[in-house]
Amino acid sequence: MATTVETGTQLDSTLQRQIQDAVERYVDQRLSEEEEKRRTKTKKLAIISTKGTLDWAYPPLILASTAAAMGWDTGIFFTFYGLNIIHKKKSKKLKIAPLANPAAPMPVPNFVGAIPGMTAMGSGMMRMMFKRHGVASIQDLIDISVESGVKMFPCAMTMDVFGYKPTDFIEGAQPVCGATHFLDYASDADISLFI
Amino acid sequence: MAVLDHVDQTLDCQGLLCPIPVVKTNKKIKEMAIGQTLLMLATDPGSMPDMTAWAKQTGQELVGSEQQGKLFKFYIRKAK
Repeated sequence: MATTVETGTQLDSTLQRQIQDAVERYVDQRLSEEEEKRRTKTKKLAIISTKGTLDWAYPPLILASTAAAMGWDTGIFFTFYGLNIIHKKKSKKLKIAPLANPAAPMPVPNFVGAIPGMTAMGSGMMRMMFKRHGVASIQDLIDISVESGVKMFPCAMTMDVFGYKPTDFIEGAQPVCGATHFLDYASDADISLFI
Repeated sequence: MAVLDHVDQTLDCQGLLCPIPVVKTNKKIKEMAIGQTLLMLATDPGSMPDMTAWAKQTGQELVGSEQQGKLFKFYIRKAK
């Protein structure tokens, strides 16, 4: 690469090579420093959990507990119906409605799901099926998540609308917060998921 | 991959599904000393790619793995 100065004078070729070498060394060093920084930085997963049915409660908790097991900094913002997942009483009674859910593995026509008691029955069946296959329960996954340092952020606005109190949430939950606090937490996340 | 004849600890995760085998392995490895080897047994059909990814992400060393029918065996050396 030929280097000329503005005046048109040709730089001495030895000097030119020395400058080029120095620049290359500097760039290489900076690049490897950046690469090292990227490689060693603790990864971060930020999840927004918005659904309060038994089936929708699983993905955020499975992903969060897995990320924590890989040493990642992990947080879940529980908002709208998702807040029920960390509600002490409601999290034990999460349900799935077979009605209007064509994916429900029910051996009967879908409208049967409209009969009173079918939602409770479908939910019980799902719990049993999961247990038989060796899937952890929601309670287990919550415990694992909290134990492994997953930050469970309860949405303050939803808490207010639903009439919940900060004491209604599981032990180990973070103080209630708003979207601003969560976005600040998520702003340097490597992966962000809306569930 | 090579299979080790010496292991320091064994963790049985047979019959457990995602994410429990990874969670339990991570917990177990934390209790062990650097250089020790853990044999983890699993039947989760996704455990081969999952354990490889876990080792890569945590910097632990997956020194060997084998599949016998539905059973997977993972040999993990605590590297850090």
